[in-house]
Amino acid sequence: MEFWFSEHHTPHVRMSIRVDRQLYSGKSEFQRIDVFESPEFGRFLTLDGYMMLTEKDEFIYHEMITHVPMAVHPHVRDVLVIGAGDGGVIRELTRYPDIEHIDMVEIDPLVVEVCKKYLPKTACRFDDPRVSLHFEDGLRFVRAPEDAYDLIIVDSTDPFGPGEGLFTKEFYGNCYKALREDGILINQHESPFYPEDAAACQRAHKNIVQSFPISRVYQAHIPTYPSGHWLFGFASKRYHPLKNLDETRWNLRGLSCKYYTTTLHKGAFYIPAYVEELLRDVEP
Amino acid sequence: MPLSQERAPIYEALQEFRRKRVVPFDVPGHKRGRGNPELTEFLGEKCVSIDVNSMKPLDNLCHPVSVIREAEELAAEAFGAAHAFLMVGGTTSAVQAMVLSAVHQGDKIILPRNVHRSVVGALVLCGAVPVYVDPLCDTRLGIPLGMRLQDVKDAMDRHPDAKAILVNNPTYYGICSDLRSIVKLGHERGMLCLADEAHGTHFYFGDNLPVSAMAAGADLAAVSMHKSGGSLTQSSLLLAGPAMSQGQIRQIINLTQTTSASYLLLSSLDISRRNLALRGREAFRRVSDMAEYARGEINSIGGYYAFSRELINGESVYDFDITKLSVNTLDIGLAGIEVYDLLRDEYDIQIEFGDLGNILAYLSIGDRLREIERLVGALAEIRRHYRRSRAGLLCQEYIEPTVIATPQQAFYGEKESLPLEQTLGRVCTEFVMCYPPGIPVLAPGELITEPILEYIRYAKEKGCSMTGPEDPEILHLNVLRKGAC
Repeated sequence: MEFWFSEHHTPHVRMSIRVDRQLYSGKSEFQRIDVFESPEFGRFLTLDGYMMLTEKDEFIYHEMITHVPMAVHPHVRDVLVIGAGDGGVIRELTRYPDIEHIDMVEIDPLVVEVCKKYLPKTACRFDDPRVSLHFEDGLRFVRAPEDAYDLIIVDSTDPFGPGEGLFTKEFYGNCYKALREDGILINQHESPFYPEDAAACQRAHKNIVQSFPISRVYQAHIPTYPSGHWLFGFASKRYHPLKNLDETRWNLRGLSCKYYTTTLHKGAFYIPAYVEELLRDVEP
Repeated sequence: MPLSQERAPIYEALQEFRRKRVVPFDVPGHKRGRGNPELTEFLGEKCVSIDVNSMKPLDNLCHPVSVIREAEELAAEAFGAAHAFLMVGGTTSAVQAMVLSAVHQGDKIILPRNVHRSVVGALVLCGAVPVYVDPLCDTRLGIPLGMRLQDVKDAMDRHPDAKAILVNNPTYYGICSDLRSIVKLGHERGMLCLADEAHGTHFYFGDNLPVSAMAAGADLAAVSMHKSGGSLTQSSLLLAGPAMSQGQIRQIINLTQTTSASYLLLSSLDISRRNLALRGREAFRRVSDMAEYARGEINSIGGYYAFSRELINGESVYDFDITKLSVNTLDIGLAGIEVYDLLRDEYDIQIEFGDLGNILAYLSIGDRLREIERLVGALAEIRRHYRRSRAGLLCQEYIEPTVIATPQQAFYGEKESLPLEQTLGRVCTEFVMCYPPGIPVLAPGELITEPILEYIRYAKEKGCSMTGPEDPEILHLNVLRKGAC
């Protein structure tokens, strides 16, 4: 018997992973949710058929979206996390004792419920007393707070479904307002490689550049995402991702990571020429 | 199969027609799209393959005897009308057929001045004489309201020979006059009662919504199925009450309606009617809930005023359509049209229209909460970035017209073109309006006054899209030659 999960990365490219068994399949108000068990990647979560994370390579995404800003901002106390129902970002954030409070806003409660049950490797810190879960639209949540967070992490799905509102100018503008005067916004920034993803990447960059004085992009290699080459956005009111990187301070924390190092941090901001050009095209 | 609201006779006939694989030696010449591969690629084969002409199994809109007739009967039943006519020339064609069916050369028709241009257009065609009732204006919001019953009665007393009265049900902004009482008053005096329901399709399928024209006893109603009803753009319905002659209305429709009615439009009417009849109530309850939610969120931003049923005063605002999301923007120091432009240019959000003081976001059966969040989020951002003092913003929108000649006399009269600033005190022979909403600032036959000129200058400066005149720049206007009328 052959049992494969396939995802189209473009109409003409697809990636397949052999599946042992399907652990869960359900439909929420917002999307279809599936969890599979595979020999190569361990358990993996898909939403509407799109790969969200696998147990084997999720560390890359979650370390890169969390530790990069944490090594730059000198004193993160309040964090807003949007999306991230799988719990990976929360797991990484709760490793920092000086973070006082984390608001996590996920639109779909069923995602959290399913992840708690089937993906304990990421959904393992929701019970940390510093974490408050809010089940609502991130765009709505971020309208109200002003001057309230040091760090916002946007761990969204692709901009073609429920996550679409999290790639808009109004969202980034509202995030700017919700951040303190030295706040940082990190977002999942799509891939620059295939044309449709690249267009989304450009749109996001265009919208962020209009809202933040400092807006840079960094990269990571994530095997199960389309093209494997993935970007994150680093938008900031004051701190520069490289000039304000405090390697000693972060290394003294003694956090062990599998992907992130402060040396890699620096390298991650050196992006390919075609990506630089792609982004420059939408800068004012 | 018996006729019931679960059926969609035109749709069913088209399905059957597709299965038969009939060889086309008739129009349209693209022959199921084969002759125009680029168009087929763009619209899709499914779509072009039913772009066909009238034929026996598909009936003929000019003289319906089978499936179109059945579809009209089902529509009439769903809307509580004696008869329904499927229309393919937009609600403009429905409004014009309605007016042409009710009044003729020299007949008087009572109507509010804030009618759509299609109504005045019909008067140009038929030569009827408009008797305008001043729709009072809300001075805070700068929007024209409905007609007060007393004002209607006064107009009827002054013009007992009027043949008909026309009512907006509702206005673009969702405001309703006391339609039931107006119909009663009109019928007592032998007048036909017409309703422009371009923005009121959902009244027929709503709880907690204003009364529909047919339920109020009106004789004719033009219903924009393609607006809140969900059918394709340009498809519409004309509804008739029991007092009207079906055959006579059909003759009038056929004067100007195409003899090659599009089956894309007709099937969309049929399928939409079925959807509304079966699921409309639930769908519009959701739309109402969404609009109420959006109003609450927008009003909590500060500065914006999303208005609703609190406007109801028993007279000029007899009822309010809560599905309309109209927002006054003056307190953030921006004209509605400026917010309209910002939403589109900066936030990729297209709303229905912006006028001097308000914007209108059209909510319908296709809306989802997540798009509402985008709209509210963008409005909050616009306030944060662009708010300024209210000083210098014009608000008053309704300017009482002075009618010198009938629309027909003026439109066809001997005229000359003058630079805008030299037209003061002359009689305009053309339309001037902002589109949308398409309510004329000037209609043919009306005196050009200083407030009107000021309004035109201001609206142009604020970026309103002005339409109507022969001169697209609106630097010149056509006016009647002196002594021509």
